[in-house]
Amino acid sequence: MFDKESLKKLEQEKTRWESTTVDKVIKKTPERHEKFYTGSNLEVDRLYTPLDVQELDYMKDLGFPGEYPYTRGIQPTMYRGRFWTMRQYAGFGTAEESNERYKYLLSQGQTGLSVAFDLPTQIGYDSDHPLAQGEVGKVGVAIDSLKDMEILFDGIPLDQVSTSMTINAPASVLLAMYIAVAEKQGVSADKLSGTIQNDILKEYVARGTYIFPPEPSMRLITNIFEFCSKHVPKWNTISISGYHIREAGATAVQEVAFTLANGIAYVEAAIKAGLDVDEFAPRLSFFFNAHNDLLEEVAKFRAARRLWARIMKERFKAKNPKSMMLRFHTQTGGSTLTAQQPDNNIVRVTIQALAAVLGGTQSLHTNSRDEALALPTEESVRIALRTQQIIAYESGVTETIDPLAGSYYVEHLTNLIEQKAMEYIQKIDELGGAPKAIEKGYIQQEIQDSAYRYQQEIESGRRIVVGVNKFQIEEEPPKNLLKVNPEVEKIQKKKLETLRATRDNIAVQNALEELSKKAATDENLMPSIINCVKAYATLGEICDTLRRVFGEYKATVTF
Amino acid sequence: MQETKTIRVLIAKPGLDGHDRGAKVIARALRDAGMEVIYTGLRQTPEQIVEAAIQEDVDVIGLSILSGAHNVLFPRVIELLREKGADDILVVGGGVIPHDDIPYLKECGIAEIFTPGTPISQIVEFIKNNVKK
Repeated sequence: MFDKESLKKLEQEKTRWESTTVDKVIKKTPERHEKFYTGSNLEVDRLYTPLDVQELDYMKDLGFPGEYPYTRGIQPTMYRGRFWTMRQYAGFGTAEESNERYKYLLSQGQTGLSVAFDLPTQIGYDSDHPLAQGEVGKVGVAIDSLKDMEILFDGIPLDQVSTSMTINAPASVLLAMYIAVAEKQGVSADKLSGTIQNDILKEYVARGTYIFPPEPSMRLITNIFEFCSKHVPKWNTISISGYHIREAGATAVQEVAFTLANGIAYVEAAIKAGLDVDEFAPRLSFFFNAHNDLLEEVAKFRAARRLWARIMKERFKAKNPKSMMLRFHTQTGGSTLTAQQPDNNIVRVTIQALAAVLGGTQSLHTNSRDEALALPTEESVRIALRTQQIIAYESGVTETIDPLAGSYYVEHLTNLIEQKAMEYIQKIDELGGAPKAIEKGYIQQEIQDSAYRYQQEIESGRRIVVGVNKFQIEEEPPKNLLKVNPEVEKIQKKKLETLRATRDNIAVQNALEELSKKAATDENLMPSIINCVKAYATLGEICDTLRRVFGEYKATVTF
Repeated sequence: MQETKTIRVLIAKPGLDGHDRGAKVIARALRDAGMEVIYTGLRQTPEQIVEAAIQEDVDVIGLSILSGAHNVLFPRVIELLREKGADDILVVGGGVIPHDDIPYLKECGIAEIFTPGTPISQIVEFIKNNVKK
């Protein structure tokens, strides 16, 4: 983009500036540090100029929004047409309580739902399982059967909202329940839009809610890809999630690298299962984190989009442009929030949300100020939602597409993050792909090393966290935190008792046996799971049936 | 010259919560501080934790939880330690734990609760000063 002559001149001028203007000042007032780093530990120079982006080829590396390689955004007009989906992750206690919170959020201008399930649901246990003790309804809503799901979406028309469900190991069961609830509302599956997280690989490395070993887990995922491509065409069949990888301690570079490496593994598994890449790839979606280093985060989103486009086109020979578009949801960084001076978290979330918007996200969850202490209250969720609305309607950053493009620093960082992430992906390829690299503990170790380094930086004061290791105050413990009703466990147990006494138990047994038989073959399991769900088999019963056929995953422990 | 015994610590994740970044960072930091550290891995029942602690003859158990199940699972660990006559083991806890719950947990016998943002040096110090065995 720059001619050689002017670059040469610029280089001379920069050297002159450093040795005269800068040197004089530095002698008088030295810089704060000898070297500066981004949150990912990439070194930051004093100043960026065209010299740092001289290799940049506009059409090849940036192009136009809505066109390959999608660096500047996946839609031709981005937020000038329509804002991102404002989608607050919510759910706690019983289906009744969560239903009420969803209706509140929709009434406040939220445009999509995002369901948080409790841990027993996420691991395929009913609320009366011994391991569920103390966990029922705590970090999300408890769903034991289709009955609960009917209550959860009562009065919410499923052909008008899109729903994201954070569910992984038992994703096929919850999707089956969602389809069944819609049917009862008179909404056919082809009208449904939403996302299931359904990303098991990151569970093994970062989030821990796995059930089955990798191979049957990957089969369940490709079963969903295939089933949805035929019957639920508007559904996002997976949300390949860097979010949790980042929360576990990864840097921005590692977040991009490990997420896309997992994405590659899903594409390979689906192709191996006989699917055509353009048949399922347009429904793949991604989920990223946004931390405080604003410009690095913006660069991260741009780099991820370009890298995925290149991988899909060059490595997997995708032909449909939609297969090459990296569409992503963003959540602000839970681990960046502090229990100290919780109101400071509102400011952190604002910076992070701004990074997501400047980075071109398709949907956004903003964390609430009290989340380092407990689940958020209705009031703090409202502030978090208002933060998004203020960025959307008042900040002006939505009026033009990709406004930071062309910044010497942002373009340089975008290039650097793409390059460093690609190095990781090559390393993972050498190890035999993401599932093998996870089995060997490579990815886990890299993340743990970054997490430990980050902690040491805080301990040593090299990294400042306002209110934690600088600018501390004596403070009163915060009041008005959300308390989950301790009766939830009892209520759910009672519901299960009634369910088992009133449903057609022979129909349940037959459906479960059918599922068990199919699980031992190569057939797609979605139709059998839908049958089980409609017969009111519980989540635990369905997962136990699959556990007996597939076995359970046992993690190797490292730290 | 008096021989100083190396402090043995079991870091455990009770319940179903799979977020173990904090547990692993603490495990590593305590090891760097010269302690012998065992980490149980995810999804441990109070029974499994207490059994491991007795078998490994540890001086300290560090419980980490973020899911809100602490009021049920932490006291159960203490109860089991008492039943087994192993209540000389120092038990500390950490994670996302509301301030309101801390007095109850301490009453139950958890020696200290460390919430997010606690400097690791403070945790090391506390363990060194309070280890009972």
